[in-house]
Amino acid sequence: MSLMKKNYVVESIRRAQIISLLSQGKRVDGRSLGDMRPLTIKTGVIQKANGSSMVSLGDTQIVAGVKVATGTPFPDTPDKGLLVVNAELLPLSSPYAEAGPPSPEAVELARVVDRGIRESEMVDVSALCITPGKTVYTVFVDVNIMNVDGNLFDAASYAVVAALRTAKMTKYVVENDKVTATTERMPLPVSKTPVSLTIARIGDALVVDPNAEEEASMDARITIATEDDGNVCAGQKGEASFFTPEQVLQAVDTSIRLGKEIRKVIQEASA
Amino acid sequence: MEAKRRLIDDNGLRLDGRKWNELRPIKMEVGNLKNADGSAYIEFGKNKIVAAVYGPREVHPKHEVIADRALVRARYHMAPFSVDERKNPAPSRREIKISKVIKEALEPAIIVTDYPRTAIEVFVEILQSDGGSRCAGIDAASLALADAGINMRDMVVGVSAGIIDDQVVLDLDDSEDKEGSGDMPVAFLPNLNQVTLLQVDGIYTREKFQKAFELAIEGGRRVYEMQRKALNDKFFGGAPQVVAAEGGEA
Repeated sequence: MSLMKKNYVVESIRRAQIISLLSQGKRVDGRSLGDMRPLTIKTGVIQKANGSSMVSLGDTQIVAGVKVATGTPFPDTPDKGLLVVNAELLPLSSPYAEAGPPSPEAVELARVVDRGIRESEMVDVSALCITPGKTVYTVFVDVNIMNVDGNLFDAASYAVVAALRTAKMTKYVVENDKVTATTERMPLPVSKTPVSLTIARIGDALVVDPNAEEEASMDARITIATEDDGNVCAGQKGEASFFTPEQVLQAVDTSIRLGKEIRKVIQEASA
Repeated sequence: MEAKRRLIDDNGLRLDGRKWNELRPIKMEVGNLKNADGSAYIEFGKNKIVAAVYGPREVHPKHEVIADRALVRARYHMAPFSVDERKNPAPSRREIKISKVIKEALEPAIIVTDYPRTAIEVFVEILQSDGGSRCAGIDAASLALADAGINMRDMVVGVSAGIIDDQVVLDLDDSEDKEGSGDMPVAFLPNLNQVTLLQVDGIYTREKFQKAFELAIEGGRRVYEMQRKALNDKFFGGAPQVVAAEGGEA
């Protein structure tokens, strides 16, 4: 998501500065190459949602909310609940964001986060079935981007995971062939805490958690998500340039290592 | 049909314990978003709203440029998780209408002729809605405009009044709005005494209309004091404001 790319002149001047700093092992905002920006996660911020979170990763700011309802399953998965992640790049988030239907960037963001959650099987969708083929729980996770300063993929992923982990929903039962709501509240069937980590390549340097200026200057990015046991559960390379095989493995190692710390932050915020 | 529940008890208290002329608890914060030229966050009871201003900036599309003044745009939008049933993220007719009245409530405060050929865009995002969100949105938007340093004649404050259980009350929440019999959002410029938004729902006697209308204005003046304090906190670190004496004795 390079929402800064439009300002070409500033970009090329800043890019020269960013690269020159990187050659001395420094970054524009004073971080070292392997440092994340400060990450804060608050949960339960929207009482009307089943689960919610507010995530700040540096100046990137995101609010996510989970809404659970009942609906009809997809014909090809009649015994599984629905889990949909949707992202909106709100026009207030950046001078380059515009009102209107989700931009390709917002759709890509939602898809990447959605796939990360789905592939990790963090939510047990088969436990979200009420009557096979007829009624299932539908879980919508809406991601609102409030302020863009790079690395939306990771920030959105942390927001979604934290919101899902804290979600409480009404339990439905089948009585006399009718689906009825009970007064009982239950947590979503959530296990695992997948953690995504994005690394950008700018020139020869690999930097963790790129901010917007670094994203505007990057050659390529790679996102690797890991599970609690340190296994890789999702990966995605982006932008029209390459990583060497060594760099890919280095990114994987970094994601496994930093993933442990980030997982602690997410779990503490959503305990 | 089930019997209507009472919204005001024998002691004159409302469902949430407020008296007839009481506002909900209000919290304001100015400058909470980094990218926006101006921004504000407001909690108005359970309403949680972020407003941001971008501009003055270039107008897109070009044909909407106004040669002698700024084009003011406002967008009121609800997050899908802001209400009990998930709301489709695409703007509804209601949101488009509210966007229009918010623009018309704010524009009179903006000195648009100071910014010819530009756009001033106001975005109001409802993170959680609980009745009176257009008014609270206007309160936040007005703070965001001031935070952006846009030349203004006055602040804009919005508060609603209405009728529940046949009584005039201030600042209806969602259940009072739905179960009550009238809602009257009012926005005005508190120093210039100009009303810039008025919507009336329900049936009012002449007497009750005036009582509700004046109550909304009186409540708005209290919101205005909070707006001043929030701006003072942001720009003067909460230090006491120095008010210059104009034309008075030294």
